[in-house]
Amino acid sequence: MDNALWAFGRVSGIISLVLFTGTVLVGVLARSGRPLLVVPRFSVTLIHRNIALLATAFLVLHVGSLLLDSYAKLNVTDVVVPFLGAFRPFWQGLGTVAFDLVLAVVVTSLLRHRIGPRTFRAVHWFTYAMWPIALAHAIGNGTNGTSRWFLLLAAGSAAVVVGALAWRVSANFLETAKTRQGGLL
Amino acid sequence: MSETLHIDWTRCDGRGLCTELLPTLLDRDDWGYPLAKRATNGDRSNVAVRPAHSEAAREAVHLCPKMALSLANQVAGFGQ
Repeated sequence: MDNALWAFGRVSGIISLVLFTGTVLVGVLARSGRPLLVVPRFSVTLIHRNIALLATAFLVLHVGSLLLDSYAKLNVTDVVVPFLGAFRPFWQGLGTVAFDLVLAVVVTSLLRHRIGPRTFRAVHWFTYAMWPIALAHAIGNGTNGTSRWFLLLAAGSAAVVVGALAWRVSANFLETAKTRQGGLL
Repeated sequence: MSETLHIDWTRCDGRGLCTELLPTLLDRDDWGYPLAKRATNGDRSNVAVRPAHSEAAREAVHLCPKMALSLANQVAGFGQ
C-alpha cells in the first residue's frame, strides 16, 4: 500500500502539472477573445475552467497521497506552510506555495460573481507566478525531476507557456485589436 | 414573463461570448461589443429576453469574462 501511495503521489503530481500547463494555455486563448477553430468562445472558457478543476483534483490527490505515505514524511503543516519540510524543504516548500496559490485562485474563481472583477483578476494573475513555481518544485523535488524525459517535458512545457505569454503581450493579441487600433488613428 | 438583459458598457470588453450564446438577440459591432438587435426606444443596452432564450441568457451572464451582464425581471432600465 505504501508503495502504491508513493507511486500515485508522484504520477499525480506530473499529471497535475501537465493539466495546469494546459489550463494556462487555454486561459490565455480565452483572454484573447478568439474561438479555437470550430470551438466557440464560451466553450473555450468552459474548457479552461474544467481543465483547471481537473488539474486541481489531481493536485489534491498528489498532496493527499503523499500526506498519507510514510516515506514522504509530509505532515499537515507542510501542506499549507512552506519551507518547513523534512526532505528538501526549499523545493518542497515551492510546492506548498504553488498549492496555496492554486487554492486562492480556485476559490476566487468560483466566487467570481460575489467578489467582483477586481479581486478576481488580481488573484487570478498569481497563476503566472504559480505555474513556474510548480515547475521548479517538480524539477527540484520530484524523484524523476531531473530525469532526461522529465526535463524534456519541462522544457517543452516552458517553451509553450513562454510562447503563449509572448503572444499575450503582443499588439495583435485581442481578436478585435486591429479594429480598435485603427479607431485611434 | 419577460426578462431584461442589461449590458454594462463600463465593464464590457467585447469578448464575444454573449453574442455567440444569444445570436438572435445580440449583434456584434465592428469593435466586438454586443448590441441589442432591436432597440427599444433607442436603447440597445437593455434587451428583452423571451422565456425561450432565458437559459442562454443565464449562461451568458454566468460566463461573461467581465461580469458585464445582468438579468432582471421585466421592464428595461434596471441593472442588477
